[in-house]
Amino acid sequence: MPTATNEKTVTAKDNRQKLLERAMSRHQYAGSALIEVLHTAQELFGYLSPELLSTIAHKLRLPPSRVLGVASFYHFFSLKPKGEHTFVVCLGTACYVAGALGLVETLERRCCKAGATSADGRVSFETARCIGSCGLAPAVIYDGTILARATPEKIGRELDQLSVK
Amino acid sequence: MTIEELHELEGKEQARQSSLKNRIYCCTAAGCLSCGAEGVRRAIGDEIEKRGNGTQVEVCGTGCMGLCSRGPLVLSSSTGKLYGGLTASDAPAVLDGSPGLAEHEIDRNDPFFTKQQRIVLAGSGRVDPEKLADYIAAGGYRALSQALTEMKPADVVKEVTTSGLRGRGGAGYPTGLKWELVAKQVGPTKYVVCNADEGDPGAFMDRSVLEGDPHRVLEGMALAGYAVGAQQGYIYVRGEYGLAIQRLQNAIKQAEREHLLGGRILDTGFQFRIDLRIGAGAFVCGEETALIASIEGKRGQPRQRPPYPPESGLWNAPTLINNVETFANIPAIINEGGEWYAAIGTAKSKGTKVFALAGHIKNTGLIEVPMGTTLRTILFDIGGGIPNGHFKAAQTGGPSGGCIPEQFLDSPVDYESLAAIGSIMGSGGLIVMDESSCMVDVARFFMEFCMDESCGKCIPCRAGTVEMHDILHRMTRGEAGEHDLTMLEELADLLRDTSLCGLGQTAPNPVMSTLRYFRGEYEAHIRERRCPAGHCAITAEVTA
Repeated sequence: MPTATNEKTVTAKDNRQKLLERAMSRHQYAGSALIEVLHTAQELFGYLSPELLSTIAHKLRLPPSRVLGVASFYHFFSLKPKGEHTFVVCLGTACYVAGALGLVETLERRCCKAGATSADGRVSFETARCIGSCGLAPAVIYDGTILARATPEKIGRELDQLSVK
Repeated sequence: MTIEELHELEGKEQARQSSLKNRIYCCTAAGCLSCGAEGVRRAIGDEIEKRGNGTQVEVCGTGCMGLCSRGPLVLSSSTGKLYGGLTASDAPAVLDGSPGLAEHEIDRNDPFFTKQQRIVLAGSGRVDPEKLADYIAAGGYRALSQALTEMKPADVVKEVTTSGLRGRGGAGYPTGLKWELVAKQVGPTKYVVCNADEGDPGAFMDRSVLEGDPHRVLEGMALAGYAVGAQQGYIYVRGEYGLAIQRLQNAIKQAEREHLLGGRILDTGFQFRIDLRIGAGAFVCGEETALIASIEGKRGQPRQRPPYPPESGLWNAPTLINNVETFANIPAIINEGGEWYAAIGTAKSKGTKVFALAGHIKNTGLIEVPMGTTLRTILFDIGGGIPNGHFKAAQTGGPSGGCIPEQFLDSPVDYESLAAIGSIMGSGGLIVMDESSCMVDVARFFMEFCMDESCGKCIPCRAGTVEMHDILHRMTRGEAGEHDLTMLEELADLLRDTSLCGLGQTAPNPVMSTLRYFRGEYEAHIRERRCPAGHCAITAEVTA
């Protein structure tokens, strides 16, 4: 996942702008492609900054309120920068009955609250509504890879390696 | 590709496969991948190369083999042995079929395998989801070629009607009837939409089908397009399902290249395109009108029905929306005939159903059984029973379903029977709970889910789920009183009767079903300030 912690401005003409432009043109700048375009934008920039949203609104000829409305409606879109590493704890039923709350406790104690990023910007911690890996419960996605049958100790070891206290 | 070329490729690939001395199938579905399946597959491939017998032995990745709890799974065709829990260092032994792997061997005569009947999952675990030729060799796209040459669109609809197939998304609306509704609409543009926004916590059937056998779903959609007169299809798939998205994109590209999708399909006049739409994490988008709004690029909020999507759906055009599993049933129905399908299952629920087993059960994984199989067979024969514990309840239907207690273990699993005992079929998530699970907390868990996922459009759902969650939360902390129970029941009725869409209408279901069968647990939390399951942390100091 690309990190965007140092990305303050989106007006800089870097390659990512070009890629976003290409994605919009592939959809013929249609307003109905808004969600697809937001997916691409978040993939490229890591999160959806206000500048990025207004650029998209302008290009797709949509009211900015509509773009913000959609971006804030869906859980997948992040309006704030993410940390260097991300833990997603699955809270689906199977994971919940297998003790996912213990994992949440560990991460909350050592990093930050669910849905936030640690103060030093190193770790983001999120929860998910079932990632469909119920056979591996409780499951955690750490930087895109599934940790099967996670325990507070396993998570602890990963955090140790990141030297998070 | 013309129809002749399709048949030729089928024969050629079948001959090539049967000329192999050994074909090794490695499960590369999400479950096995996360326990190291890719490494095992690579090691077997390297070993084949080292031995220089690449023309006689082949390794291929497949979709889900079902027994996720024993992954990574590997099946060797020459010995017919199935192995679980392998590592890369076991590769030479797998190729030799050596007895050293005895402890990794899985008995294929176990009820887990023998009591299943696979139609939707026929290709999962047998077909390489990344190779079109593999699907064609297994009889893929035969149904489409047959329909395009020998059947009129109305014949296809009729076959589906005869099969008695009902919507596998959970509600169980007769599929043939829905297709007929869309087919009889006049209009230049119609759409076929595949609902792959599988959001119920504890459900991973659609994901496995898409990952393991994507062409089956594409073929089913193309058949639907032909039957109802649509030229454009969309698959709305959850953003969380990265692997499924990747394999679908790959499959669509392959099918378009060979003219199995796109313009002039199989050199006939029929054209049908399929595009992917990636969801962005909103449970409510599983509701059909919300899903339509989301494909149109708007907030995923449902609208009042009627008009139903078959009359006015995507961009106000007639739209057929079916679930992944429903579409995956179609090729088999066209190949084998509707009457063949109707012979499986019960009087009102035909065919098979895929379930995802999870929770406190020995064999977690993916299974497919004929409709009407009893819960006891599913949980104890196929599922292998409850490890170190005693059965308490089975939860079906996710946040719209209910908890089924022990006394109903012998009731058959079909749409009507499950509804009669206060649950629903749902999309197929089946979560087993032992006596360490507190039913009040389970109800609270689902209510929290609905509260978070309510889209906020109608007040009963937006405010009601918050109120109900608050009461349940206080109950689990031992802070609720007698009047809260009355209030909870009143709110449950209110939500069911007045919410705009299915999410709000069914949100009280887990509460009502646990109240019905486990009322004593609620009363213990309220009157005795104790949790019989020992799950809830109730503090002694109480200010009710």
